[in-house]
Amino acid sequence: MDERRPRSFYLLAAFFALFILFLYGPTITIGILSFQGPEGGLTFPMRGVSTHWFEELFRRQSVGDIWGAWRRSVVLGLMVMVATVVVSVMGGLAFRKRFLGSGPLFYLIITSLIIPSILISLGVGLIFSQLGWDVHWATSGFGSQLTWTLPFGLLIMFAVFNRFDRAYEEAARDQGATAWQTARHVVIPIIGSSLIGVALFGFTLSYDEFARTLLTAGSHNTLPLEIYGMTTNVTSPVIFALGTLTTVFSFLIIAVFLIVAITSQRRRARRGSDAGQGMV
Amino acid sequence: MQAERKSETLTGWLLAAPLTLVLLFFLILPIAMIFVVSFWGATEFSIYPAFQFDNYQFLFSSPVTYQVFAKTFMYAGVTWACTLVIGFAVAHFLAFHVRSLTWQIALFLLCTIPFWTSNIIRMISWIPFLGRNGIANSTLMELGIIREPLEWLLYSDFAVILAFVHLYTLFMVVPIFNTMMRIDRSLIEAARDNGASGFQILTNVIIPLTKPGIMIGSIFVVTLVMGDFVTVRIMSGSQSANVGRLISNDIGLLQYPSAAATAMVLLATVLIMIAIMLRFVNIRKEL
Repeated sequence: MDERRPRSFYLLAAFFALFILFLYGPTITIGILSFQGPEGGLTFPMRGVSTHWFEELFRRQSVGDIWGAWRRSVVLGLMVMVATVVVSVMGGLAFRKRFLGSGPLFYLIITSLIIPSILISLGVGLIFSQLGWDVHWATSGFGSQLTWTLPFGLLIMFAVFNRFDRAYEEAARDQGATAWQTARHVVIPIIGSSLIGVALFGFTLSYDEFARTLLTAGSHNTLPLEIYGMTTNVTSPVIFALGTLTTVFSFLIIAVFLIVAITSQRRRARRGSDAGQGMV
Repeated sequence: MQAERKSETLTGWLLAAPLTLVLLFFLILPIAMIFVVSFWGATEFSIYPAFQFDNYQFLFSSPVTYQVFAKTFMYAGVTWACTLVIGFAVAHFLAFHVRSLTWQIALFLLCTIPFWTSNIIRMISWIPFLGRNGIANSTLMELGIIREPLEWLLYSDFAVILAFVHLYTLFMVVPIFNTMMRIDRSLIEAARDNGASGFQILTNVIIPLTKPGIMIGSIFVVTLVMGDFVTVRIMSGSQSANVGRLISNDIGLLQYPSAAATAMVLLATVLIMIAIMLRFVNIRKEL
């Protein structure tokens, strides 16, 4: 283990550090600039330090209905999250056996992932307008976002089930468990922590989704749409303040999911039996 | 046997039913609708059903179309090359140089967290860096490298590609890291025992075995860049156009049939590119 590290290690480590700086640097910069003084602009130098631009966010008239947009985004995120988890688990279970038509369905999932987002926006918008339905974030927006979150959820489930040891299920069945009991007491607990991952993808991808919601959200914007609108007509650090707040919110969500995932993993390890661990 | 297969197919479709319905209504029908509307006609305020090739004819006869497609390929090509080099180096570091699994997971998460935050915010955060009075310009001027601020840093093709690389390198890192982690370490030891140099191990062992991951990452990056319209708009300050912007401009002008025709051509282009790339990798085997 204390073998000397080759020179390439230090080169790549430096490169990796630069990459991390490249990833996070801009976010940290706008974090700092959002505390710009009231006279300050979009770039350095800082003209004093204040929470002026955050306060501005709470004055309704100056920035439009961002709190309504935020609430809608969170509700939509939760809806998409639940749907993504349920549909992905069912889809994952379906794909454990090859069934007639599973091949084309698989390629459809891949298509859903790689199709240019603007096509979903345009197509769904056209269908709703031709049918005389009103587009709304909770109907057309919800469905459009699922075309983006479901492929991620399904790919995770495929990866999970590919590594799933069927012996556990057979053991349960041999001892007389029904199909439902096997699913409830054996399969779900084993795949439980990966469901947290699917949920994380479902919520955050929906919360930040923009391109597929553009023409499908209707008259009430979600938060990313509101921010997109602001990029064209807001030229003050208020947009950095909003960016900082929503990024902090995203980080909080990610942290919550990670903590839940780690504790559930620990609990599973603690409560799992030592069967199959060998005699040592 | 026959009956069993039938019941398997039935269970399969029952479990896949919600998924199929979502994809049917929000993926297949929209594409079909776009295809149909691409033959329709438009007035200034409305669209009407028709069966005409005017939209395609106009699209293919306009020199703008070819310029815009050329620019889109340029964005995709340059972004692909940059993300591939950076992504490969990062994944290589994580997979082969970081020795404890805990550190590997921690550093990998550090790379992936930005993926779960807002893309638009991440684009905007380049403004203080690249602007006329931004950090890059003021640093370069203080160092005496330039006298006048560089104008091409923000609102330029450079800014567009920088933002693409910033947003999408992750899509290279994850699949390449995933395949690298599955490479049997004894293969590398065997190569070393036979006297291979570090560079020979890289080109003769690691790169060939990492190819599937590279292909999956490439598919992600190329399709995301080909279909983009937001990054180009924000980062070029509306000065550059790719195919996605051509479509979104038509949508803004309510010229849906023309937007639909462009969208169909874009979809065909992307699918052809994917079909070529898929020849090199079996995705189902890589999960």
